[in-house]
Amino acid sequence: MATLQVELVAVERTIWSGEASMVIARTTEGELGVLPGHAPLLGQLADGGVVTIRTTEGEDLVVAAHGGFLSVSQQGVSILAETAEISREIDVERAREALRRAESEGDDPEALAAARRAQSRLRAAGQEA
Amino acid sequence: MAGNLRALRRRIRSTKSTKKIFSAQELIAGARIVRAQARVEASKPYAREITRVLSALASSASLDHPLLTERENPRRAAVLVITSDRGFAGSYNVNVLRRTEELLSLLRQEGKEPVLYVVGRKGETYYRFRNREMAETFTGFSEQPAYTDAQEVGRALIDVFTAGEDDDETGGAGADGVLGVDELHIVYTEFRSLLAQVPVAKRMAPLEVEEVEEFDYEREDREAGRTADSGVPTSYEFEPSAESLLDALLPKYVTTRIYAAMLESAASESASRRRAMKSASDNAEELAKNLARQANQIRQADITQEISEIVGGSDALVAANADD
Repeated sequence: MATLQVELVAVERTIWSGEASMVIARTTEGELGVLPGHAPLLGQLADGGVVTIRTTEGEDLVVAAHGGFLSVSQQGVSILAETAEISREIDVERAREALRRAESEGDDPEALAAARRAQSRLRAAGQEA
Repeated sequence: MAGNLRALRRRIRSTKSTKKIFSAQELIAGARIVRAQARVEASKPYAREITRVLSALASSASLDHPLLTERENPRRAAVLVITSDRGFAGSYNVNVLRRTEELLSLLRQEGKEPVLYVVGRKGETYYRFRNREMAETFTGFSEQPAYTDAQEVGRALIDVFTAGEDDDETGGAGADGVLGVDELHIVYTEFRSLLAQVPVAKRMAPLEVEEVEEFDYEREDREAGRTADSGVPTSYEFEPSAESLLDALLPKYVTTRIYAAMLESAASESASRRRAMKSASDNAEELAKNLARQANQIRQADITQEISEIVGGSDALVAANADD
């Protein structure tokens, strides 16, 4: 079976790379699934969005990616993010705390961005945001 | 004589304790280099990917983004200087600042007014002491820069660059009332090896996308046995449109370049510091050895004198007794 070579890279390090059977992401235009053999594509990930990587072992990796891009080429899929966290590494308590703090700060753009980041972390961890 | 000896001993003690500080600094810097190099390596995949994406985009989108177009009559140029927060790093800061001065005078010759943005406390003090105006300074992270620090710097620079777009011919601030700049430059220290760190000046905007290791991609593909027909340009689908993707991507690309420069500088800073501290502790060791020799000589002289005094005294006594 054909597989996708997936690389998830954040600015400070490569977070994950390996084989996957499917990648599900949300771009600014809408939800999108990538299967092997997908046409080349460049997309901007929606803020506060979550990317799901279904590995060849059938495991789902859920990732909170902020400020990211998705690039699909013949070589595979790369997900570029300014910061990214895999769901099992997310500290739910801290994310909630961050969300509360960001929401209490009102609506300057920084706080809104922080709130969106916290929401996507919670969503990736499978919690209600 | 005895007083002299005491002074010498005091100097030996203080030299030895400074030497301890130097060697501790040397060890710390050594550990930091390793970590800094690891971070430079870790940041490379992202830089490579973003360059690849940008190249793909550049071939499809029209390239009239403000960050890419040369402006007619550039009059002001922002210069970002990356220095360290702490001293004790040998000629590290001096070299960067000297390179900066060269760039500044070059810009002035071209009729552009340089605007300074400084990272690091050492650069800040240098320009403050000389009463030179700085647009903005960023301190507190020179040894271990995080991406958020680069974002902060990048945002400031891109804002001022965008503000420069509508400045008029006579040097007025234009419609937005903010006096911007027409070019962005960066001066940082490139880490070539543990022994060589070279200050370099680069222009960041208007931007030239650096074709990084283009050749390597193809080899990589071949090695992986993939049949990427690299001769045919891949036509990408874009979500959203290519233009708005470019809008979103370019500032991130600039920030990535700033981040990479900061990481390189951090590695260079530690390497420089380790070298400086190594020679400082060697010198302290040498000094302590010479001082110890002097002290021993004086001690010997003191003892010899004491003995000859005693002998002289007892000789005198014997002679006096014999006379009796």
